[in-house]
Amino acid sequence: MQKEVTVKTALDHGLNAAEFESIKKHLGRVPNLVELGIFSAMWSEHCSYKSSRVHLRRFPTEGPQVVQGPGENAGVVDIGNGLTAVFKMESHNHPSFIEPVQGAATGVGGILRDVFTMGARPIASFDCLRFGHQDHEKTRFLVGGVVKGISMYGNCIGVPTVGGSTRFHECYNGNILVNVMTVGIARRDALFFGKASGLGNKIIYIGSKTGRDGIHGAVMASDTFGEESESKRPTVQVGDPFTEKLLLEACLEIFRENIVEGIQDMGAAGLTSSSFEMASRGNSGITMHLDKVPMREEGMTPYEIMLSESQERMLLVAKPENEQKILDILRKWDLEAATIGQVEDHGHVKLLFHGELAADMPVDACVDTAPKYERPMQRPAYLEKTAAFDTASVPAPASLNEAFFKLVGSLNLNGKRWITEQYDTMIGLGSVFGPGHDAAVIRVMGTNSALAVSSGCNERYCYLDPYVGGMIALAECARNVACTGAKPLASTDCLNFGSPMNPEIMWQFSQSVDGIAEACRKLDVPVVGGNVSLYNQTGEVAIYPTPMIGVVGLLDDATLAVPSFFQSEGDAVLLLGDTLNEIGGSEYLKTIHGHDAGKPPALDLTKERNLINALMELARKRLVKSAHDCSEGGLAIALAECALDKKVGCEVDIQTALRPDVALFSESQSRAVLSVAPQNLKAALAVIAAHKVPCAEIGKTAKAFAVKVNGKAALTADIADIVKTHGESFEKTLFPQ
Amino acid sequence: MTTAVQNLKVGVVVFPGSNCDRDTLHVASLLPGAQVRSVWHKETSLGDCNLAILPGGFSYGDYLRCGAIARFSPVMKAVADFAQKGGTVIGICNGFQVLTESHLLPGVLLPNESRKFICKNVHLRVERTDIPATRGLNKGDVLKMPIAHGDGNFFADEEAIARLEKNGQVVVRYCDERGNVTAEANPNGARNNIAGICNERGNVFGLMPHPERCSEDILGNTDGFRIFKSLATL
Repeated sequence: MQKEVTVKTALDHGLNAAEFESIKKHLGRVPNLVELGIFSAMWSEHCSYKSSRVHLRRFPTEGPQVVQGPGENAGVVDIGNGLTAVFKMESHNHPSFIEPVQGAATGVGGILRDVFTMGARPIASFDCLRFGHQDHEKTRFLVGGVVKGISMYGNCIGVPTVGGSTRFHECYNGNILVNVMTVGIARRDALFFGKASGLGNKIIYIGSKTGRDGIHGAVMASDTFGEESESKRPTVQVGDPFTEKLLLEACLEIFRENIVEGIQDMGAAGLTSSSFEMASRGNSGITMHLDKVPMREEGMTPYEIMLSESQERMLLVAKPENEQKILDILRKWDLEAATIGQVEDHGHVKLLFHGELAADMPVDACVDTAPKYERPMQRPAYLEKTAAFDTASVPAPASLNEAFFKLVGSLNLNGKRWITEQYDTMIGLGSVFGPGHDAAVIRVMGTNSALAVSSGCNERYCYLDPYVGGMIALAECARNVACTGAKPLASTDCLNFGSPMNPEIMWQFSQSVDGIAEACRKLDVPVVGGNVSLYNQTGEVAIYPTPMIGVVGLLDDATLAVPSFFQSEGDAVLLLGDTLNEIGGSEYLKTIHGHDAGKPPALDLTKERNLINALMELARKRLVKSAHDCSEGGLAIALAECALDKKVGCEVDIQTALRPDVALFSESQSRAVLSVAPQNLKAALAVIAAHKVPCAEIGKTAKAFAVKVNGKAALTADIADIVKTHGESFEKTLFPQ
Repeated sequence: MTTAVQNLKVGVVVFPGSNCDRDTLHVASLLPGAQVRSVWHKETSLGDCNLAILPGGFSYGDYLRCGAIARFSPVMKAVADFAQKGGTVIGICNGFQVLTESHLLPGVLLPNESRKFICKNVHLRVERTDIPATRGLNKGDVLKMPIAHGDGNFFADEEAIARLEKNGQVVVRYCDERGNVTAEANPNGARNNIAGICNERGNVFGLMPHPERCSEDILGNTDGFRIFKSLATL
């Protein structure tokens, strides 16, 4: 006898009393337990975006380059040659904190499926990780586990992990971030969508069998962590990259045959979200026989089958005459497959279990009428204090050199070889530039072109001013892409915030969205897809707002790609952009002086646009030998980073009215360090001037590393020492032998 | 004088979980006049192929032990027969592991000493140049080539190692950029810095590094293509 569903059952499922009333109204009756479970998953923050939807609408999502904007499994942009880039970023924060290896691994698996379900072959992944303080008891364990999980999954399936960002801050002590972005390539005329249409078409389940793992993962991702989080370990799914590799190849083979009408990954909320979303997009209905679902365990109930988040599964829709062909391809790849239902025109999802009706729900009640909240917002109180901080009050360091080396070796700025060497960064033969460059450059096989991709976010800027922080996150990714010479095309985002029930968090969220949206508009990089992760908080402590951004750009000719590093001695070193008195929110202020305070650097999007245009034209005319964004750590760190690859340093002299430490470590935006061969200097300067970009010729590339400020020695170092400190300090700090 | 192999027909064997097959096919297709095709692991013959390559990847997910299940694929009987008749067989990374598990090559690839997956460029010293894969190279040449594996630590007992060395079956060895074979240059703990070996006859060659990943100018390194070119010349 099925237990009677009451408001208490609804509360236990993370719904509130008003939502329960709304469900009863839409159904015209009290839901049964299966239906309640489905509502709770579909109406969870994770699936319904109920707190964020009213804000996300403000993102610009259109442009001539956009083939598919938000709302599908991934965004799609045109990249010429009849091809498209398909990409998206997603979070797997909560599972990764509880079980880092599997949590991170299945995060990679999920985003890969989102991309290949569109018909694309994934060509590169990027991971943006945020961990707690280096001395926090869980940090080492979490770093090791997350990297192992990403490595295990990405390497096995054979998609290179070529970039991303890894940063540390105590605000992540109780809530790490694991955001993964994948980019794939598909033919423009062979894209596939998550749509169930065509009366009588078959619903085919493919991939791994369904088990009891991950039941209600979407609900877990929609709740604040408390003491009991450890006990949620069983809701973390287990990843099987081998099966996913088979699934990838089988799907691509099915796509080549053009025998599928619609397809969707069973991600969060598994069979529930895939079936309801496909029926919703197709304006159709679906009847499914749940006893036909391939199951790993005996005695599974309809409730468990619908809410399992077992990995490596897809739902597809095919015409009856193609059913057998599809099953044959899956058999070739030794994959499970079963026809479990058909497309109907009744506008419901009807679930049968051994012939009995287990659930019957109108699709629109579940999808379109999902709650949507305009949560209250309030400017956070802490901002009064942080904004009032007088950055002029910090003393100049006794030794600039010492401060410089401390920054070079700090966890947010040092080299991440310990991480990136555990990833296969080269498989696929696309990696023209791998990890370490401003943006990864991945050639598009079969063409002369390449994609440039950069991802990241400075959460400290966002904490100190979420609007400016959001703008900078987008602008810096676009600038990184432009440094390689590529034209920024479009963006994806993964918006990580605390609890939406807190008005101050909702204010941060709203401000960040506005900042990102403004930058997207001015720089012409519309948002084509993304993800929101709320409830990243433990008790009352929320993470800093972290709207992670990924920008994809296009280089028509891969041989034009400009490296980030100085190439040879004797080239002119140019600093583009203005250096202002802006150490608020900087790595310098935090690492050397211990403050997360001040205002983040200002961003003028017109200047940014000009810089990006200049960088693209310089690359197109082959006038620069290297171009590197000048951002976290300021000019001093940018110059050091330029020296890393070829061990070519520079001798420069900076003319400034600023304090030397400010001149070296200010994080003013819209700047870049270029190296230019002497014979191209005049032409390069002309291009820069034509774009109205401020430019200072500060010195030459050289064997040594010597930085003067107003003619006075400020930093002097052996390149070998910089390389050593940068290269070894990550492992020394976190995993000393 | 070297001349191109007439009608070079390359078969790249695809196991479930192979993931460097497309890369290998791509690079093989850059050889002038070469015909390339993939050979599905359920096939029982290599057809008219005159060069068989077992590519890198994670055949069967490497779940039991790298290469341990792939050796039971139907195609491996065909590969063994082909090798028996003197056909040239190359195993790269997971392909090398499959060759040792199939006993077409001696030894075994253990987990890296660091217990971590390692992906980076290493240097290799060429030790033998009279086999198909290296005949275009010179003894002592230093090649820069990426590795990407979790289990590349070549191991065999003392006696077997001594036999490999005595027979000159060590084809490439990890070294520094000047060609010195040092412990620091050994990325995974392999015995005698062994990166690749051949069978006694020299027609079966397996190596952990990935020559296909450094075979084009756009990727900044073409050392690997020297091996492919060797395979295409007599």
